Amino acid sequence: MKRWHLVVTAMLLASAVAYAQAGRGGGQGRGGGQGGGGGRGVVSTADLTVLDGWGRPLTDPLAGGKTPGPAPARSIDGMWEPADGPGAGIQANGPSSMPSDGKSEPPYTPAGKAAYDSHQALYGYRAVLPAMSNDPRDKCDPLGFPRANFYQLRHTQFIQRPNQVVIMYQFDKRYRVIWTDGRDFPKELPDFRWYGYSVGRWADPATFVVNTIGLIGRERVWLDETGRPMSEDMTVEERFHRVNSHRMEITVTVTDPKYYSKPWVPMDKFPMKLQANDYDIIEMLCVPSDMESYHRDFADPASGIIR
Amino acid sequence: MKTFLRWALFAGLVSTPVLAHHGNAAFDVGKTRELKGTVTEWIWANPHCWLKFDVTEDGKTVNWVVEATNSADLMERGWSRLLFKPGDTVTVSLEPVKSGAPVGRVRSITLANGKVVGTNYIPRP
Repeated sequence: MKRWHLVVTAMLLASAVAYAQAGRGGGQGRGGGQGGGGGRGVVSTADLTVLDGWGRPLTDPLAGGKTPGPAPARSIDGMWEPADGPGAGIQANGPSSMPSDGKSEPPYTPAGKAAYDSHQALYGYRAVLPAMSNDPRDKCDPLGFPRANFYQLRHTQFIQRPNQVVIMYQFDKRYRVIWTDGRDFPKELPDFRWYGYSVGRWADPATFVVNTIGLIGRERVWLDETGRPMSEDMTVEERFHRVNSHRMEITVTVTDPKYYSKPWVPMDKFPMKLQANDYDIIEMLCVPSDMESYHRDFADPASGIIR
Repeated sequence: MKTFLRWALFAGLVSTPVLAHHGNAAFDVGKTRELKGTVTEWIWANPHCWLKFDVTEDGKTVNWVVEATNSADLMERGWSRLLFKPGDTVTVSLEPVKSGAPVGRVRSITLANGKVVGTNYIPRP
């Protein structure tokens, strides 16, 4: 009983904090904590060498003053990473083009707003204390799609085969298969999926378009880190546009008539750059038993819960 | 300038970045505490790593917990699983929580040998 008293107190505190943070935008996450130089507590890493998962120094695909060439036709194969640095894809305060700042929100339907209001997110202008969140990912549930694009988008490998493109995400070592063999979606979905059913085509030689349906929705997954909802009716269009040989831009449009009154664009021309082909991705997982220990040692006391 | 920055940081006027991805709501955002202590445990885990260390003040020892981000992200910032071992002396700059519990999130940690780890990513080629 005592614990619940503390929980209620913590919730009140969380509301106060969320109110106080409204409009502030939150400083952590989107920039990945990259700081400037100088001053106590700000550490220079200039003399360190960044290593890949294999412990080998990164190689620059544009080393020696090489300049990017034109985009290769109908190819997306390669190892990609956020062009603006490894922290740019974290998007803790919401997807890059629709951050949760208390000013602009997506066009919710009444049902969408109710679903959003039921979500207690760790980030965004209504953020709650760590112990109060009901974010499925806080139990290490799969992020699902399209949240895989909108949170912790890091190294992302595209493997292109004649009949499919496989997209492999660093976060939680998840992958998606995009069929490019001309097939249509299943007439009847065998099941709803965390990562949906995806087909891809080339809109032009530099633009790969992927459409996805059959997402699990139903409150098992959230759209983003700030608690925007998605239903099982959501469909997603991704446009991977190759600007040149070493850069592409990702634009994602979501349509979900149950929760949003019109389609909207959470991610508009998000830049990715080509990493060296021999880059070995550092393992990055959400481990349920680690998460449990984390809550016991850190998140609960941080939230005012004393066991 | 350096002196000003030191003073400003001490006064909490300038905030240095912190490492976490479990939200801001619990923290006294912008506040910094600096604590010298002895490492009791370094938990290298996913999706978070955290350091436990004993701090003795006024004859009383308190075990503090400071969170960092996940192991993959820390590696890209020059940290490693072998960075700390029990008994190491550390000076931890952290952002404390509002609840008053002895927990916070990392701004930077200075090891006994003078090495400092923090929130900056290692520059990429």
